[in-house]
Amino acid sequence: MSSPPQTPGWLEQRFPIMSVLRREYVAFPMPRNLNALWSFGAFLIVTMAFMIASGLFLAINYTPDITQAFASVEAIDRHIPSGWFLRSLHMGGVTMLFGCLYIHIGRSLWYGSYKAPRELLWLTGLGLMLMIMVTAFAGYVLPWGQMSYWGATVVLNAVRAVPLIGRPVSELLLGGENLGNIALHRLFVLHFTMAFAILGTIALHVAALHVVKSNNPSGIDPTSPGQTLPFHPYYTSRDGFALCLFLMVYAGLVFFLPSLLTLADNYVQANPLITPRDIRPEWYFAPFYAILRAVPSRLGGLTFAAGSLAVLFALPWLDRSTVRVATQRPLVRFSLPFAFASFVLLGIAGMQPPTETWLVVSRVAMAWWFIHFLLVIPLTSEREIPS
Amino acid sequence: MTPRIRTVLLAAALAGAPAYASASTTPAQRGLVVFQQVCSACHGMEHVTFGDLAGLGLPADSIRKWAADETLPDGVDDNGDPKTRHATPSDPILAPYPNEAVARLANHGLLPPDLSRLALTLPGGADEIRRILLSYAPAPEGMKLDDGRYYNTAMKWKHIGMPPPLQDGLLTYPDGPPATTTQMASDVSAFLSWVAHPHQGERRRMGFYVLAYLALMALLTFLLQRRVWKSRR
Repeated sequence: MSSPPQTPGWLEQRFPIMSVLRREYVAFPMPRNLNALWSFGAFLIVTMAFMIASGLFLAINYTPDITQAFASVEAIDRHIPSGWFLRSLHMGGVTMLFGCLYIHIGRSLWYGSYKAPRELLWLTGLGLMLMIMVTAFAGYVLPWGQMSYWGATVVLNAVRAVPLIGRPVSELLLGGENLGNIALHRLFVLHFTMAFAILGTIALHVAALHVVKSNNPSGIDPTSPGQTLPFHPYYTSRDGFALCLFLMVYAGLVFFLPSLLTLADNYVQANPLITPRDIRPEWYFAPFYAILRAVPSRLGGLTFAAGSLAVLFALPWLDRSTVRVATQRPLVRFSLPFAFASFVLLGIAGMQPPTETWLVVSRVAMAWWFIHFLLVIPLTSEREIPS
Repeated sequence: MTPRIRTVLLAAALAGAPAYASASTTPAQRGLVVFQQVCSACHGMEHVTFGDLAGLGLPADSIRKWAADETLPDGVDDNGDPKTRHATPSDPILAPYPNEAVARLANHGLLPPDLSRLALTLPGGADEIRRILLSYAPAPEGMKLDDGRYYNTAMKWKHIGMPPPLQDGLLTYPDGPPATTTQMASDVSAFLSWVAHPHQGERRRMGFYVLAYLALMALLTFLLQRRVWKSRR
């Protein structure tokens, strides 16, 4: 890479943006051995850009009023030029966003990217996940279909069960006792505002990354310049290729499998008098919905669902081992894939009707999730012999 | 350019052309005739405008003529009496009833469902609509149905609130096969499928080009990254 000019230019003296960009995005040292899983962060940023761009145009044409919301979404789908495309892009984006998010987090778990010195990187990332979940929830209410209404009712009932803050929070969202016009307005504003809050938090997350640098599949940070490669052109070219493949999956979903993007029930306008036979969440919330159902108490279910995320926040302090990568930790290598499988199983269970079998599956899977993070990880941290 | 290449290019161009470029003979277009003459006696499509049917290949003047035949409520005049007006292509295709109460009054307390998204929201989709339309039969001996209920084997409880809507020769297609019950049921379910997924053809066509473009970009970026990575020290 060419070095900065000898005498700093006019802009450089006042606002050294060009040299900062060169330092952080051109010459930035990256480990040499990153695998394909390290491209998912780039996928997430690109998907977020698609979400905000398509979301702005959807917002221009959407009416946050319970008598017109459903019709305005139908109008976007049918009458607005390319409206169907914008809407599919936005709905497909949610699936891609959560898919990449879960893989991105799974990668961090496997390669120990949450450990010192990357704790803040991990926490900002989990914070982003929570913000995206809130945004996705609010966004799903907006089309005002049957699943929007009844899904939101389930969530708000759960929120109301939280001691002390539950009622005030749900009333703040609802603006009253019931899910109605005021609530729809508020959820619309929440959805819109959160999008930009997420953008800001991504900036924090990326800034944190640029301080501590990327982890890598060996779990050992590079110590000399010879062990690194500049970000550009090595990882820009590789991410470029990975992005093309990623966009092909995204496009396949948007153009050929739109029926996977949302439940058909949501094309029926919300009707507070008719409860759908089974209220199902979208796939990305299914693991948490399965936990809510698996615990035979409303507050208990909520505690466990929140706990399943809370253990992730506590992970840098639960895991005292200095070895980062799971493959070098005999017990974790065995236990972590089961925790991943538990998450997937919970997701499948959350999409099924609550039969006895699925409840048992949910409970076993949930138990393993907590056993892994609260027993296996802390207990092996100091006793294991790394391979 | 050899004749062979020219033929291939011509075929490719035709494959990309809209399917309705030919005469009005697609099943969905015939289904529109069934909707206009049969279904619309009770059902509406409140999210679909007359103009939307242009996407099915209906010519602009047919749309205007059809819309002009329909009257819509238009507020009240200075004396407070209700007014009506002729519909325009940008108006929705509504059921003939002024409100839900009247619709229920006319249908033994039941509401004819809106057809905008029925082929999407009904489990089984357009095929199920066709099956229901073809599953009317005389009620078996000893089975007593309430007023306004009709025996139909496609329904879970073997009855439905919609009177059998189709009979052989009920209408004449302006350009197409004889209007048998089976033919009309297939056509109208194809039409409702189009109404529920109005952009499916365009969606697939665009998707094909997007995927082809991305595949080419993937190939180029793959070669680029391989070349870049080979150069590392």
